[in-house]
Amino acid sequence: MYLLLAAQSIDLGPVQPLLFYGLALLLAISAWSVVLSDNIVRMAVFLLLALGAVGGLYFMLAAEFLAAVQLIVYAGGTLILIVFGVMLTSKNPFLQFRVKLWERMVALALALTICGFLIFALVNTPLDGNGPLAPEAEYEQVQEIGKSLLSTYLVPFEVAAVLLLVVMIGAAYMARRRAQ
Amino acid sequence: MFEIGIMHFVVLSVVVFAAGICTLLTKRNAIGILIGIELIMNAAGINFVAYNRYVWGGGEAGSLIDGQIFTIFIIVLAAAEAAIALAIFLNFYNTFSSIDVERADEMKG
Repeated sequence: MYLLLAAQSIDLGPVQPLLFYGLALLLAISAWSVVLSDNIVRMAVFLLLALGAVGGLYFMLAAEFLAAVQLIVYAGGTLILIVFGVMLTSKNPFLQFRVKLWERMVALALALTICGFLIFALVNTPLDGNGPLAPEAEYEQVQEIGKSLLSTYLVPFEVAAVLLLVVMIGAAYMARRRAQ
Repeated sequence: MFEIGIMHFVVLSVVVFAAGICTLLTKRNAIGILIGIELIMNAAGINFVAYNRYVWGGGEAGSLIDGQIFTIFIIVLAAAEAAIALAIFLNFYNTFSSIDVERADEMKG
């Protein structure tokens, strides 16, 4: 399905709304299922669905490289890490924590308030932009990303590299078995 | 309505962001809170890529894909943050035999 999307990202034509609403529905339903689910394993599975849907949206937005990165790093890496975390931190993977009803209500009210204000602000903001950028026709995407990572964004790129090294050493140090 | 524009993507990302906030506030399992943060970061990523597609910059080199570069950094930071957070949770679990955030109320384990 993703390959089909990538091939058609130049001109999706009449299927574009169908694809968008399908992916949007999948994303919204799985994101809110994460909220409503009490079981940590189910939450991880719904997160996987949501991440896959976001990858599909990136394909629709003509960002093929980013969609591949999303699927490989997020769905393939971060999610596996989370599932390992679940397995290592509970004797019973179906362990549930009870949340009080009023806490749920307060959180839901806060989320809906934020949602309402943001959508209100967005509706009242002209967001015309300059129309969709023609993908592929004007530039080679991966080539452009590589070039700007090593020129305009060289400093953040190197900082990210150092950050990953620090995180790797720090995580290995913190998660090691302690001497009794 | 049937022409997909930037507004559709931005509203969708607001919905995902609200779901992330709600997850962050209602879960008592520390890993559940981490999942909420991942949802929020994905909402930010959708915004960046949508703006990159519809409100792109001028024609000079590099400015056509700025939003995508920012999203790459978001993904890198999310991976780093997940690794560190899980190492902390593992330590917490070894100390308290639980990952209920309600019990994380003292600095020295």
